[in-house]
Amino acid sequence: MRRRLPAALALVGLIAVFAAGCKQEKPSAPPPGASPGRPATGDAAPAAQKYRVVYIPKNTGNPYFDDIIAGFRQASGELGFEFDTVAPASADAASQIPFIKQQIQRGVNAIAISPNSPDAIKPALKEAMAKGIQVICVDADMPGHEEGRTAAVLPMDFDETGKSQIELMGSLIGYKGEIAILSATTDAPNQNYWIKGMQETLKEPKYKEMKLVAIVYGNDDPQKSLIEAENLLTRFPNLRGIIAPTTVGVAAAAQAVETAKAADRVQVTGLGTPNQMRRFIQNNTVQKFALWSPKDMGYLCAYLIDGLVKGTIKPAPGVSFTAGSLGERSFRDKNVVITGPPVIFEKSNIDKYNF
Amino acid sequence: MRSLARFREVGVLVFLALVAAVTALVEPRFLLPSNLRNILLDTPLLMIVAMGMTMVIISRNIDLSVGAMLGMSGMAVGMLFKHYPGFPVAPGVLLGILLGLLMGAVNGTLVTWLRVPAIIATLGTLSAYRGMIFLISGGRQVDPNDVPLALIRLSQTSPIGIPWLVIFALSITVAVYLFLGYHRRGRAIYAVGGNPEAARLSGIRVNATIFFTFVATGGLSGFAGVMYASRFGFVNPAQTGAGFELSVIAATVIGGTQVYGGVGSAVGTAFGCMLLAVVSNALTITGLSGQWQLAVYGAIILAALLIDSLIRGRLGRAAEETA
Repeated sequence: MRRRLPAALALVGLIAVFAAGCKQEKPSAPPPGASPGRPATGDAAPAAQKYRVVYIPKNTGNPYFDDIIAGFRQASGELGFEFDTVAPASADAASQIPFIKQQIQRGVNAIAISPNSPDAIKPALKEAMAKGIQVICVDADMPGHEEGRTAAVLPMDFDETGKSQIELMGSLIGYKGEIAILSATTDAPNQNYWIKGMQETLKEPKYKEMKLVAIVYGNDDPQKSLIEAENLLTRFPNLRGIIAPTTVGVAAAAQAVETAKAADRVQVTGLGTPNQMRRFIQNNTVQKFALWSPKDMGYLCAYLIDGLVKGTIKPAPGVSFTAGSLGERSFRDKNVVITGPPVIFEKSNIDKYNF
Repeated sequence: MRSLARFREVGVLVFLALVAAVTALVEPRFLLPSNLRNILLDTPLLMIVAMGMTMVIISRNIDLSVGAMLGMSGMAVGMLFKHYPGFPVAPGVLLGILLGLLMGAVNGTLVTWLRVPAIIATLGTLSAYRGMIFLISGGRQVDPNDVPLALIRLSQTSPIGIPWLVIFALSITVAVYLFLGYHRRGRAIYAVGGNPEAARLSGIRVNATIFFTFVATGGLSGFAGVMYASRFGFVNPAQTGAGFELSVIAATVIGGTQVYGGVGSAVGTAFGCMLLAVVSNALTITGLSGQWQLAVYGAIILAALLIDSLIRGRLGRAAEETA
């Protein structure tokens, strides 16, 4: 028995740690409807139940989603609903399913989700909708699977994204020379849609001297993205620009150009967050990049959910509603709501942003 | 045994040359100095950690928590730089190593004195350390503008032109090579892995030896964590070091270290690391489509191991016949 003692002690220790960990979790919530009524903030609003909203980003640890969450939190302070966020550690196709099921069990009133894989999660989302839960897609929609959500809040008019990226790159390189695209995964729906838009735009006469020489995929993995970006610099000695329509990719491309000291010949632009790109803007590795405000997107989504839960917004194409300090927004085809035009970040304005 | 191990190093080297030659034929730009530099920069993190893994595997154990230790130390030191801008780099690196040593000591204690099989113990600490990364960081990453420039410079330049990071990795390789080959404690690792009971009877402190390999691996992973921040300019709670253990183990085994213990070398592992770096570079520079890369990468690793195993099978029989 003496030999077993250390192992037994270790086991006891582990159990203690586990118990301590469990204590920190929130107590199980009362069933829906049982919570006491609480007046919503805002003088004109009628007294309402304090309803519950959960947001499920693609994965944790992604600063982009942290900013969407910040928007939700701001709106939850203004509207007085209970906000929570849970997410899988990795952005795998099926990783969000257990989280959706768990939230259905919890009896939340609305689920906002940035879908990793529409195919994989649609059944779970339909189950939620059948239980009367409002399901809103944020940041990315579920093309072809729109019956799995009530409405979608998208960052910008995606038909414009590809075009605006090509125009941004064109303005940086004098509309002339070889360019390459560093994307996320080969099956990322948003990126693929934007890349299609970029290819269409390049056919216009204005851009006829810009040549797209390669599309590579960094899988939104920093290491893989960096290797792909470095290889672009090697494979194409005459490369003038890299467009990376993904926050991980654009930072990796900037890092590659900085390390290769190639900023004088290769321009990097794309969609990035100011905090990830600040150093590269300050040391002139990158001149300009773009992004919509993820925070506004979260804020807008929260106001949309508020209206849906209270029944004051009936989603249909053409219907408009007021989203707090953002002002008026309206539903487009397939109940899509657009957040707004992207911000172009450069040396003169980047210090105004912190996300 | 040593001549056998040496032959295996040659095997990896031949395979490495083969992959490089084929790639250079398909895509001549593979041989450009800028590309060779890319490969040189993709190897060090792997090599630093694989040197520790080599010792652990030779001692007939395994450490699955290296990626999590790397992430943990990168995150802790990254957060230090974030919250205390201007914190000097050298003590930061030292703290990262110390944290790694500590985590390695936990692994070593579990495996030796608490008698938990290494694969289970480090599977547990893999999750535990990864979980701690999320706890200390609150799920937020350390952004590029939080990483000090002096640290980033370590993987970009040095007075002699080759980035410091490469110099560090090569120095560690030489040190582990000398240690395993010529130091009493290094030789003891082979003895423990080859036959623990015989090692014990010949007066080697088996537990202390195994404990040492885990602590060393922890320290090396901790160092690699800080170097990750240097190379990539950021630390992410979910991505930094995730799945890294698989590359490390693959590089070590390709380099001729036997999972049954007792056989392996630092030089072989170094070649194994270079092979992995060359293969992943070759896949991207030849412009192979993204959907194919992972499968081809796996196929090449399997081919390397298969060729190796064939050579070893021949040699083993030859050795039996002459004996």
